Amino acid sequence: MDMRDRIKEKLQGKIKDWQEKSVKRIYFSIDKNDIFKVAQVCFKELELRFITATGTDMPEHFEMLYHFSNDPAGEIFSVRVLLEDKLKPEIESITPLFPGAEWIEREVWELLGINFKGHPNLKKLLLGEDWPENEYPLRNKSDSNNK
Amino acid sequence: MSHKIIVPIGPYHPLQEEPEYFQLYVDGEKVVDLDIIIGYNHRGIEKLSESKHFDQIPYLVERICGICSSSHPYAYCLAVENILGTEAMLVPERALYIRTIIDELQRIHSHLLWLGLAGHFIGYNTVWMWAWKYREPVLDCFEMVTGNRNNYAMFKVGGVRRDIKDEDIPILKKMLDDLIPAADLFRGAIMDDPVIKSRLKDVGLLTRQQAIDWCVVGPTARASGVNIDIRRDEPYGAIDRLDWKVILEKEGDIFCKTVVRILELYESISIIRQSLDKLPKNAPIDAEVKDIPGGEGIGRVEAPRGECFHYIKSDGTNRPIRHKIRSPSFMNVASDKVSAVGGTISDATLTLAAVDPCYCCTERVAVINKVDNRKVMNGWDLIKLCQEKTLKLKATLSES
Repeated sequence: MDMRDRIKEKLQGKIKDWQEKSVKRIYFSIDKNDIFKVAQVCFKELELRFITATGTDMPEHFEMLYHFSNDPAGEIFSVRVLLEDKLKPEIESITPLFPGAEWIEREVWELLGINFKGHPNLKKLLLGEDWPENEYPLRNKSDSNNK
Repeated sequence: MSHKIIVPIGPYHPLQEEPEYFQLYVDGEKVVDLDIIIGYNHRGIEKLSESKHFDQIPYLVERICGICSSSHPYAYCLAVENILGTEAMLVPERALYIRTIIDELQRIHSHLLWLGLAGHFIGYNTVWMWAWKYREPVLDCFEMVTGNRNNYAMFKVGGVRRDIKDEDIPILKKMLDDLIPAADLFRGAIMDDPVIKSRLKDVGLLTRQQAIDWCVVGPTARASGVNIDIRRDEPYGAIDRLDWKVILEKEGDIFCKTVVRILELYESISIIRQSLDKLPKNAPIDAEVKDIPGGEGIGRVEAPRGECFHYIKSDGTNRPIRHKIRSPSFMNVASDKVSAVGGTISDATLTLAAVDPCYCCTERVAVINKVDNRKVMNGWDLIKLCQEKTLKLKATLSES
């Protein structure tokens, strides 16, 4: 059975928007409360490899993309999660599922200011310990805090 | 344990060429826990990239690392080409072959470099000297073909920037022929040596399940029996038209990681030879892409250390609004936490180096007049000096 069908079957009711942008690049959106369950299905049950996560500061929201690779077919499934709360972006951590996600969540946390609930070791990875609080390098500076 | 004893390795340590800080928590000789502190080299390239236009970014991303300096621009170009369609649809045939040749030449020089360092770490300095000696002709060929030993500036969206000249092909082939005995030498010196075997066997173990849980990539994963290679799984360049195989080992110790890299040398040599034979004659090398539409794309290549991943989000202007880069070492270094713990301190340095953490070997030169401390060469003088050196090198290479 094709991996696309298996994902659609396992995640029935959770997938909001399914896009196949090119031959081997599949993007789908889910609700932010489902991320743990979705990561569990993708990583543990379907045995996809976790590549990384991309956090983006968009004008209206924060966007998290979790990239999973289906290596035998060379496909990448990117799970899109929108975090609408611009002031206090927060999402459940997937590190308790597998340790490979630890560093990337720490990186997104310090560079973009997205909090990962339940992360076992949320501390600075790339920035120094003396980096000022509430200063997130990858956020777009709006006029109000553009120093 | 009532109190923890910490043995620091780094941030600056004679065995590391790059600043990174490992705190080993030890109980006697045994490592019981490990803290990895990185970020000393963080230059904010993802953020910088958002301020460059699409044509400038390849030169920026190849400076992420002086060793994988074709993997990053290649993955970036694939990501942008993914917005436009696919590489195979867009890029001319000859450029596909040239891309593969550059990518594999890079793998040879990177694996030789690691092999040398590994020899150095275990006190086998002969291997170090040999490996770096045989790496030198590879870099000379790079200089001949691209003009640079590192940071080749070969890649652009839609093709490559420089062609491989017909008269350079025999020189490249001769270099590859000379490399085979060198690879045989390493195979003999490392794989058949009982001392090396007992030093590396069962050290720094990463089991298959651990490799999967820590999402490691490249030779680190293949040594643990995880069968992934982006070149086979999602072929790019001309690689799917050539005959080669993925090297896979099972045990996951440092010996296996070494074996994978040595055997990959042969595969890379064979890939380049076939590419040079099949290189289409007098064909274009660039699709001349003008505009990048809005959208998002992902590109990935198998760098010497594993999967190198680039994600580009464009809004239709001439700059990306997000450029995410995930280098292979980001996943591999984290797995040290399991492979180094449980071993001894003396094994730890080797284990930490076995994933081939990536560092930059690019140096710059300035000539100072001793009398009045004045700089006697400006940037243009240096460029002229480099060009003269390349010409001289070409002359010696074609003579021999």
